[in-house]
Amino acid sequence: MINLLNNCEPSIKIDGLSHWFGKGSMRRQVLDSISMQINPGEVVLLTGPSGCGKTTLLTLIGALRKVEEGSLFVFGSQLRGSRRKTRQKLRRQIGMIFQGHNLLRCLTAEQNVQMGSDLIKGISYCDRRDQAREWLLAVGLEDQMSKLPHDLSGGQKQRVAIARALASRPKLLLADEPTAALDSVTGREIVDLLKRLALEQSCSVLMVTHDPRILDVADRLLKMEDGRLLLPIG
Amino acid sequence: MKSDFFQKRRIPLAWLLLTRQPLRLLVAIAGICFAGILMFMQLGFRDGLFDASVTVHKLFDTDLVLMSPRSMSSISMSGFPRRRLIQTMAHQNVVGITPVNWNFLLWRNPDTLSTRSILALGFEPGDPLLKDPNFSSKAQALKNRGRVLFDELSRDEFGPIPDWYRNGRVVETEVAGKRIRVAGLVSLGPSFGADGNLITSRETFMQLLPSNPPGSIEIGLVRLREGSDPDLVADSLNRSLPADVKVLTHQAFIDFEKNYWRTSTSIGFIFTLGAVMGFVVGCVIVYQILYSDVSDHLPEYATLMAMGYQLKTLLGVVAREGIILSIMGYVPAYLAAQVLYALVRGSTKLPVAMDPQRAFLVFILILVMCMGSAVAAMRRLVDADPAEIF
Ligand SMILES: Nc1ncnc2c1ncn2[C@@H]1O[C@H](COP(=O)(O)OP(=O)(O)OP(=O)(O)O)[C@@H](O)[C@H]1O
Ligand SMILES: [Mg+2]
Repeated sequence: MINLLNNCEPSIKIDGLSHWFGKGSMRRQVLDSISMQINPGEVVLLTGPSGCGKTTLLTLIGALRKVEEGSLFVFGSQLRGSRRKTRQKLRRQIGMIFQGHNLLRCLTAEQNVQMGSDLIKGISYCDRRDQAREWLLAVGLEDQMSKLPHDLSGGQKQRVAIARALASRPKLLLADEPTAALDSVTGREIVDLLKRLALEQSCSVLMVTHDPRILDVADRLLKMEDGRLLLPIG
Repeated sequence: MKSDFFQKRRIPLAWLLLTRQPLRLLVAIAGICFAGILMFMQLGFRDGLFDASVTVHKLFDTDLVLMSPRSMSSISMSGFPRRRLIQTMAHQNVVGITPVNWNFLLWRNPDTLSTRSILALGFEPGDPLLKDPNFSSKAQALKNRGRVLFDELSRDEFGPIPDWYRNGRVVETEVAGKRIRVAGLVSLGPSFGADGNLITSRETFMQLLPSNPPGSIEIGLVRLREGSDPDLVADSLNRSLPADVKVLTHQAFIDFEKNYWRTSTSIGFIFTLGAVMGFVVGCVIVYQILYSDVSDHLPEYATLMAMGYQLKTLLGVVAREGIILSIMGYVPAYLAAQVLYALVRGSTKLPVAMDPQRAFLVFILILVMCMGSAVAAMRRLVDADPAEIF
């Protein structure tokens, strides 16, 4: 907690992180001694060919996977060998936008976003609902609030997922191709929104993208290939 | 208080998860309901049989009962000297006694002429016997020889006696090879040991069963002074009387008979086993349904975990699903069991009925079944990383 107050403390600090999938002879390395750090309020874009390990890296940072080798600090907590409780608490401070939306099928768009704002303690039900509505308004879905995910288009689902991730007021946003299913105008708006949030709440953003049109929002660009982080050129 | 509610209020996730697929919910409810009915029926039969074993026992107008220590149950009653019953009159709290003969005799169905074993009770028509206040006037008819009162609730195999009697016919038939006439109807009910009952005078009883020693009776009813403690009197009589007789309170007499059927026969075991089977089958069905339901929602639970929801919260959601399912499965099971009990009562004349204790027990069993299966199905979420699931 003390670490959080210290502005100089990086949000993410990775050192020699490696990861493998599979067992025995099927064991294959997907991440190879990755080292980097991201500071509060920084917007970092991560690009690389399909299958190079971007999602794997994101899920490791998001405390959704156990760290096998190397050290990984998020907000000053070591994730390697961490307890389940630590990881669960950490996840509350991280907003995750998944590659496959992962919306709850039984909830309307508004309720899905509210599952995000419900994580904030000490606010009444009505306030949480109003916040959910504001977030949906911000992503331009004010007239789709009571639709189930089933009845939304791919891009609309993606925007609900973005609203949900932002609704819990995270300190770190991990976004896996958030603009993949959006047209260039909406994609631009969403990315600008993410950037504004980052500035307002000193929230760091790590975004995986293939979209060359949005590369300019980044403070920094990271490139990955075959599980390795390429050194920034120039 | 109010603001606290709004602070804590959440989206009713359990309800929304369950009702997203109405057809699946319906199948789940049907499965739980089926398991509930199975348990209701098995437990109902078991309790009904034990209750049925004492239908006649319960009706006696008595505080204490004397019987031979050699009597094991209503279907194997031994005699003891009638003198013993008269000796109890010496106790200051005893106000009345009724000697009763108790045996099984062969009754000939006057319609089909086939014979069947019937429980015959013999007593002095002037003595009180049953709690039913109308009984003593009916008993007057037994003062003539060769007359019996027939139990109108006896099984139909004894012949259409109640119908014939009510239509004013003279109903005569053979009991133990001797001619008798039905002089009235009583309502006792078949018990587990006896398909039908008749009541007659001791004089007629002796005629029907001449081998019975005249001074011997099978049970003796003892009525006590108002306000005396039956347990204390039974104790003191047991101490003063010889060992060829034992004194039980009315309740102990009832329990003695139930206990025989429970412990000395396999009936209790069979139906308890049936209920256990119902529970196990129910568990399997409910587990299958809930497991597939939870598996279907596992990616969504994993998403919630990834967002930072505690495992505790998610288990709470699944537990609430279990509670909702139990209630929705229990209510129709309860109603169906009521209907089935009525059908069983109609066709077997066994006193099978809903009792609150059993209703509660079955609800608890269903709840355990649902919650257990739900939590077991959630185990995968406990040890898996969220990223492994979606
Ligand atoms: N659960 C898993 N088990 C085994 N191998 C996996 C698993 N998840 C991913 N992989 C493999 O690890 C490698 C990296 O996967 P990852 O999902 O991180 O790629 P990515 O960079 O996100 O690709 P894309 O841009 O297509 O989303 C891939 O070769 C993939 O096949
Ligand atoms: Mg990916």
